[in-house]
Amino acid sequence: MSQTLQSPVTPPPASDERVGRASSWARLFARPEMGALTGAIVIFVFFLAIAPSIRNANSLSSVLYVSSTYGLMATPIALLMIGGEFDLSAGVAVTSSALTAALFSYEFTVNVWVGIAVALALSLAVGFLNGWIVVRTGIPSFLVTLGTFFMLQGLNLAITQTVTNQVASPNIADIAGFETARKVFASSFTIGGVNIQATIVYWIVFVIIATWVLQRSRTGNWIFSVGGSAPSARAVGVPVAKVKIGLFMTVGLMAWFTGMATLFQFNTIQSGNGVGNEFVYIIAAVVGGCLLTGGYGSAVGAAIGAFIFGLTNQGIVYAGWNPDWFTFFEGALLLGAILLNTYIRRRAELAK
Amino acid sequence: MTTTSESSQETQKAVPLVKLTDAGKSYGSIIALSGITLEVSAREVTCVLGDNGAGKSTLIKIIAGLHRPTTGTYEVEGEPVHFSSPREALERGIATVYQDLAVVPLMPVWRNFFLGNEKRRGPRMDIPFMKRTCRKELLDMGIDLRDVEQPIGTLSGGERQCVAIARAVYFGAKVLILDEPTAALGVKQSGVVLKYVLQARERGLGVIFITHNPHHAFPVGDRFLLLNRGRSIGSYAKEQITRDELTGLMAGGGELEALSHELEAMGGAAATAAQEMEAEVQELGLGQRPPEHPG
Repeated sequence: MSQTLQSPVTPPPASDERVGRASSWARLFARPEMGALTGAIVIFVFFLAIAPSIRNANSLSSVLYVSSTYGLMATPIALLMIGGEFDLSAGVAVTSSALTAALFSYEFTVNVWVGIAVALALSLAVGFLNGWIVVRTGIPSFLVTLGTFFMLQGLNLAITQTVTNQVASPNIADIAGFETARKVFASSFTIGGVNIQATIVYWIVFVIIATWVLQRSRTGNWIFSVGGSAPSARAVGVPVAKVKIGLFMTVGLMAWFTGMATLFQFNTIQSGNGVGNEFVYIIAAVVGGCLLTGGYGSAVGAAIGAFIFGLTNQGIVYAGWNPDWFTFFEGALLLGAILLNTYIRRRAELAK
Repeated sequence: MTTTSESSQETQKAVPLVKLTDAGKSYGSIIALSGITLEVSAREVTCVLGDNGAGKSTLIKIIAGLHRPTTGTYEVEGEPVHFSSPREALERGIATVYQDLAVVPLMPVWRNFFLGNEKRRGPRMDIPFMKRTCRKELLDMGIDLRDVEQPIGTLSGGERQCVAIARAVYFGAKVLILDEPTAALGVKQSGVVLKYVLQARERGLGVIFITHNPHHAFPVGDRFLLLNRGRSIGSYAKEQITRDELTGLMAGGGELEALSHELEAMGGAAATAAQEMEAEVQELGLGQRPPEHPG
């Protein structure tokens, strides 16, 4: 793209004998998401080969649904990681949000939408708090959000137990407003006999929005800069604290959305849910090319990373294996993706 | 650009762009800087020379608006100013290019160029404009980049420095403060940067060039201010001083000799170093072949 832009201005200087032309292969693989795409294709072909029952549209739709439940969160986590921060509380924050909506509407017998609004406020507040502590104290977000992770987990279990004497929220299916909320957050539709969950569509829309923000908007420029070098960004007038707090709040917003999608899908939510998912989101982002050190990555890559997870999660079931193998694959994927990314990037850099 | 600055130059010739008079700065009981008088006009390079701890960075911080001087006055284009932030200084056209350059290595050159000053059209950035402008501005400075899409971290130190200078110039700097721009560079790269210092002067800017290297300062400087331990130890116009005198003042002939005696007393390898050092002191006195003029 840049090649076509340049040529009318001045001919590309071929004078420097040290600069060869980058092969198109190298150019392609220098992109952050290419490693993930390669991995996704390999794993997809693998499961197509060994699990015949995955070879139909409905199975693929359920693979995409599971992917979307990871992908909805992997997207803001990727943005946050590009901005140079982590959020370990993101997994349980989804559950906190869903529990808040369910318990609030149930306990105060109010319309479900009131509970949904309270949950939104809470999720944004948790995101703000995470971000505010990180930018005010300079303590690594890894530690700050590890703290909020355990606090939220404790609150989820303790408050649910106190309110309901159970380990799950009550079924809210007969509370006022449930039907409309379900239509918004957890509907599904049928195309050509294939049932498709709305969360898949939401996921794709959010990935497109995130990609647009990163690549085309000023905010995207700022996100890359605060992750790449916060002091430099500050020196040229980028509001570093606002950008970082905004990113944490975006994670909060999406935790709320994902929580609502889960709650209205199943009518109830287990208070112990979500633990461990924070790592799935981070792994999806890393598999998709996000650097742990910040300043580099892509939303599309994280989406492919989430797809790999959905695929593996369902593929194991379709292949008839014990689902206990899933966490083994999680770890193997992370390690494999990092090795592959490192290898490909090094090859691409050498080829340049 | 050149024509407008030329006409404004005529009217402003008498008034320096930046003028510090008897300025000083103390942090509590520590006096970091005192009695500094410095000025720079359009089309002029003022070099500030000094060793580590001489007060150069405090001086930069005062001019850049990070600190207010505790004594003396600071005038911009003849008007007394009291900056409370670097942004205010920037609004008056005083731009600082720090040693770390304030660039984000992983980001493309054009994104770095416009970072914090993105050109927008509605909610989105005007990317074609920014790429085109970045390329053109760099070309005007004589830097022909293969691709403005490449991460700025892949450029050489000298090129990065020049991008930072071009950026400051594009965003309306009248005075450029360059903080040790050649400190981390090799001989050739330093030459490239010095060429851009002269180019910035040609374009009608005033340049304050901070360095500890008299060989870099002398070829481009119009005035020289020497600092030592927070005080001025001399202020010269170019015609008042030779390169060797400048080098001698900078090296602090006496101090160097004292150091060589110290090393000698330690014996062994240190003594050899001491002899070499003494020879150097001698050489400074005898004068040396001037290095090639850059550009």
